[in-house]
Amino acid sequence: MELNALYNQIIVENSRSSQNRHKVSDATASLEGVNPSCGDDIILELRVENGIIEDAGFTGEGCAISQASASLMIDLILGKPVEEAQKLLQTFLGMIKGEISDEEQLEFLEDAIALKGISHMPGRVKCAVLPWHTLMGILDEKETENK
Amino acid sequence: MKSIRDQFPILSVPENGKRLIYLDNAATSFKPLSVLKAVDDYYRMDNANPHRGVYTLGVRSTDIHENARMTAARFVNASPEEIIFTQNATEALNLVAYSYGMEFLREGDEILISVAEHHSNLVPWQRVAKHTGSRLVYLYPGPDGRITEEELDQKINPRTRLIAIAHVSNVLGTEAPIKSIIKRARLHGAAVVLDCAQSVSHMPVDVKELGVDFAAFSGHKMYAPMGIGVLYGKKELLDKMPPFLCGGDMIASVHEQTSSYAEVPRRFEAGTRNVGGEAGLAAAIEYMNSIGWETIRTHEHALMDQALKGLNALPYITVYGSTDSRDRHGVISFNVDGVHPHDTATILDSEGIAVRAGHHCAQPLMEYLGIGSCVRASIAIYNTEEDISVFLNTLGQVRRWMGYGA
Repeated sequence: MELNALYNQIIVENSRSSQNRHKVSDATASLEGVNPSCGDDIILELRVENGIIEDAGFTGEGCAISQASASLMIDLILGKPVEEAQKLLQTFLGMIKGEISDEEQLEFLEDAIALKGISHMPGRVKCAVLPWHTLMGILDEKETENK
Repeated sequence: MKSIRDQFPILSVPENGKRLIYLDNAATSFKPLSVLKAVDDYYRMDNANPHRGVYTLGVRSTDIHENARMTAARFVNASPEEIIFTQNATEALNLVAYSYGMEFLREGDEILISVAEHHSNLVPWQRVAKHTGSRLVYLYPGPDGRITEEELDQKINPRTRLIAIAHVSNVLGTEAPIKSIIKRARLHGAAVVLDCAQSVSHMPVDVKELGVDFAAFSGHKMYAPMGIGVLYGKKELLDKMPPFLCGGDMIASVHEQTSSYAEVPRRFEAGTRNVGGEAGLAAAIEYMNSIGWETIRTHEHALMDQALKGLNALPYITVYGSTDSRDRHGVISFNVDGVHPHDTATILDSEGIAVRAGHHCAQPLMEYLGIGSCVRASIAIYNTEEDISVFLNTLGQVRRWMGYGA
């Protein structure tokens, strides 16, 4: 395994960035995501107004991969409609599972594409997908509420 | 040393293109050729269901089963009828929790454990406490990982009916003050259960000398196969305990509405046993005997000393528990400042070094230490000075990978 592919500049910088690491005032939804086997634990908060993700932030503890992934995910979904966030979420999970490799499609993930290397590291996949699964939990719940 | 390493075929298989440096022995150890052969031989030549067949093959299988019991009994200085085969230490501890704890504990009684217990010596007691109305009380170690006499005086009282404690902590590597615990337990008539999963490959376990009522260990952490473990129990206690699992081979006679049970230890060995695993366990004990405790302890202590000195010399490393290698029985847990344990483990893995990162099945201890998780390096007889040197050198590069200056 090439460590450079895993701990690249985007991931290392994002893992320590505090930009998206905060509570969200007037959050409309929040969910805790936990990896029981390793203890990674994040709380994701969103403020959704009129179907748009107006604000998002996370708190909690985890490895560089889960923290960078959370930060990159929030960069990506901020200001986007919920439906688009759901599409991006599926694209990201597809990339990590190794099911989506089409570069044009992956371009929509912007910097989150830096996590692509994880798809070759079964031991760390759960770190990368934790924030995204947490987001999925929130959005699915929202969808159920609206029906 | 080379002759020891030659006995473990997995050590010659490269990992990530590098020489494998296995430092996760507290999770499970490798198995020497003699153990692999004993298991293989059993299924090739002696496979039959023990205690059933009158034919010669069945008798041979029964002999292997009972001889393994005698070998395990000698290993911990017990009588064979005090040795119950289980699948691992977890099942052994559950057996005590269900057949002793559930049966003999009452409302208002206290179960005393340490906050450093492995979940297998903690969750069963939560269940017993909930079911019986007894109270689960915790011992807390000091910063050096040791439990003080004052702490024991405060926590052991006439309500204490059972004390369950790890002989050696699987995170801190510290030995529990067994003599002091036994002295107080005897005063109040409390039973003492010793979890020897972490100690059994690093130091002699003599149940008579220790004076404990029960002792549990797994084979797979002491060079034996996975799926075989041992519970030692004092005969007079086992005799009054009801069965744990019920079924074939644990009965004396069965009628439509009632059954009577076999004598111990068979009362606690329901169903077809893991005789291949028992043969492997006996071979592992013989293997350890052939090396000898003095060699094992001298070698392992030298490695612990080297590792601990190396870690203490790195300014950005926090070691949990004692910084004196004499207090360390095969295990050191630590963190690298600013780096999550998983990232440390991944970076070490890229150099073929296997360490454990996480909560080590000891979440209450992590909470007590104020951390979510940590890195654990744990050794066995086949580790070398070079293993520790490469480990320490690679550790020196971890922070650079994570974007720190040093």
